[in-house]
Amino acid sequence: MPQAAPMLRVENLAVTRGGLPVLEGLGFTLEAGQALVLRGPNGIGKTTLLRTLAGLQPALAGTISMPPETMAYAAHADGLKSTLTVTENLSFWAAVYGTGAIDAALDRMNLRQLADRPAHSLSAGQKRRLGLARLLVTGRPVWVLDEPTVSLDAASVALFAGAVRAHLAQGGAALMATHIDLGLSEATVLDLAPFKARPPELGGIAGSFDEAFA
Amino acid sequence: MSIWEYANPKKFMQTSSWALPFVTVGAVACLAVGLFWGFFLTPEATNFGSTVKVIYVHVPSAMMAINIWVMMLVTSLIWLIRRHHVSALAAKAAAPIGMVMTLIALITGAIWGQPMWGTWWEWDPRLTSFLILFLFYLGYMALWEAIDDPDTAADLTGVLCLVGSVFALLSRYAVNFWNQGLHQGATLSLDKKENISDVYWFPLLLCIAGFVLLFVTLLLLRTRTEIRQRRLQALEQRERMA
Amino acid sequence: MIALLTRDLRLAIRAGGGFGLGLAFFLIVVTLVPFGVGPEGGVLARIAPGILWLGALLACLLSLDRIFALDFEDGSLDLLATAPIPLEGVVSVKAVAHWITTGLPLVLAAPVFGVLLHLPQAAYFWLVVSLALGTPALSVLGTFGAALTVGLKRGGLLLSLLVLPLYVPTLIFGAELVRRGANGMDTQVPLLMLAGITAACIAVVPFASAAAIRVNLR
Repeated sequence: MPQAAPMLRVENLAVTRGGLPVLEGLGFTLEAGQALVLRGPNGIGKTTLLRTLAGLQPALAGTISMPPETMAYAAHADGLKSTLTVTENLSFWAAVYGTGAIDAALDRMNLRQLADRPAHSLSAGQKRRLGLARLLVTGRPVWVLDEPTVSLDAASVALFAGAVRAHLAQGGAALMATHIDLGLSEATVLDLAPFKARPPELGGIAGSFDEAFA
Repeated sequence: MSIWEYANPKKFMQTSSWALPFVTVGAVACLAVGLFWGFFLTPEATNFGSTVKVIYVHVPSAMMAINIWVMMLVTSLIWLIRRHHVSALAAKAAAPIGMVMTLIALITGAIWGQPMWGTWWEWDPRLTSFLILFLFYLGYMALWEAIDDPDTAADLTGVLCLVGSVFALLSRYAVNFWNQGLHQGATLSLDKKENISDVYWFPLLLCIAGFVLLFVTLLLLRTRTEIRQRRLQALEQRERMA
Repeated sequence: MIALLTRDLRLAIRAGGGFGLGLAFFLIVVTLVPFGVGPEGGVLARIAPGILWLGALLACLLSLDRIFALDFEDGSLDLLATAPIPLEGVVSVKAVAHWITTGLPLVLAAPVFGVLLHLPQAAYFWLVVSLALGTPALSVLGTFGAALTVGLKRGGLLLSLLVLPLYVPTLIFGAELVRRGANGMDTQVPLLMLAGITAACIAVVPFASAAAIRVNLR
């Protein structure tokens, strides 16, 4: 389906952590086939931004526009159940998102041989791969990924980059916060440092109770 | 001028600092006159003895125990719907006062009940309901204490207050039902208004007014403290950010 | 939603003791009561309805803090909140799973425990009916308590303090129903009240639980 509108448009967004603004005036768009990598020092608010985009917390100001039911979010934690097997873990998410088929995802993330192993017997990197395979079974076009490559070895990073590339080629889009270079030449980098929220006396946006209490 | 103006912390601080002396004086005056009148100037009731005079503390505190919960329900709703911080902080500030009122009502009830019924505690529906109300206050305050983020705490305690109110009401009827078979008029009617004469009624009214004013005084004081604490937190956070 | 239910049930079985633990606790309570009040059959028979209901309530409480805590820790709750299932549905399914693993076994095993406490003949039917009607409310309200305390480090004790007062009406009507059944009295009022409370809880409380989860995930 051809889409004129971007898959994700963010305008003048301000996000808060613990009631305090961390980022403000943030704006970008994500087109189909585009990957956007968020960069910035620790504590700048990458995770907060991604959680806000995923709808887990309200934005302080600004707008996030995207078509409904298009986003798949992957957090730091993979949300795996250690007593369930790889297949069971994956089938569960496939059922939740109503897609059903998990074979392609198993092959893509090289999990085929591990399919019947319980998740607690996997290594950290294998768990991460399983967590990323979850994205594939969601069937959602926009991936929002928080540090997707943590604990992956070089080969797995390449595997993941390949999965992202294939996703983009199919008209998907990806937004990720990461420190390492994925080798994705087509990815755009967005540095968050210029959007760091300023104190209110310097014209920054006021927090939820700042304005009422100062 | 809308009432929501007082939801602005700054406006609230100004108004409350102006109002505090008046309500304080009012509370002290009403309580002093009402209690003195009630304790020393009313005739001893023939069939109750002097213990009946505990009603000048018991009745107002019991009324306040319920009214404070209702006030917390209203302020919680205002917070959940209109997001006024003062409202949430007022609910937080009111809870310990309400808990103490419930405790006073329970203790004075025991003091009164001992000579009347020959026992310190009776599983009378009213007493039991107050005990349950006391537990609700405890849970509400414990939840406030347990959560670090003030807005999260305000939201969750607000929801708890809502659900708790429904169940407190439900418990009241359940308890009534539960004990109807055992009591059947064995105890004295607790409905004071029917068997009370004017001699006792006026000082009682004065005491009730005193308790209301006392609550308002304490509430204003405590809410002001909460607001200051919150402002301190905001300043500290901002400093950390800068 | 069915996938979530099967997953939760499978987890409960795999984790070991999902079904058994509540029952074992119930058994211990029922065993300990005669040690406390003496072995006299008449006394036991009289307090049996209350003891059985209290035991069910405590056994139910035992597993409440795990309803969301595990999913919160491993990040599944974040992912479930962004999944296409409404959060109200998630909390309802969680409550159902909790009921199947704790409430249902209690309902089925209660008559056996009733024998241990000399429960009068006439009361067995009402015991099962009251538990079957009442325990779903316990699970739903417990889910609400668990949702309130999900982000807290030591939420267990607080959870009990929050949830137990909410259990008062269910306990009163549940135990009263058994007591009246045992004495051959009219059971209609407590029966309807118990069913009504449970129905209202199932209908309304999940919204409060979902709201609490949303606040906690912020």
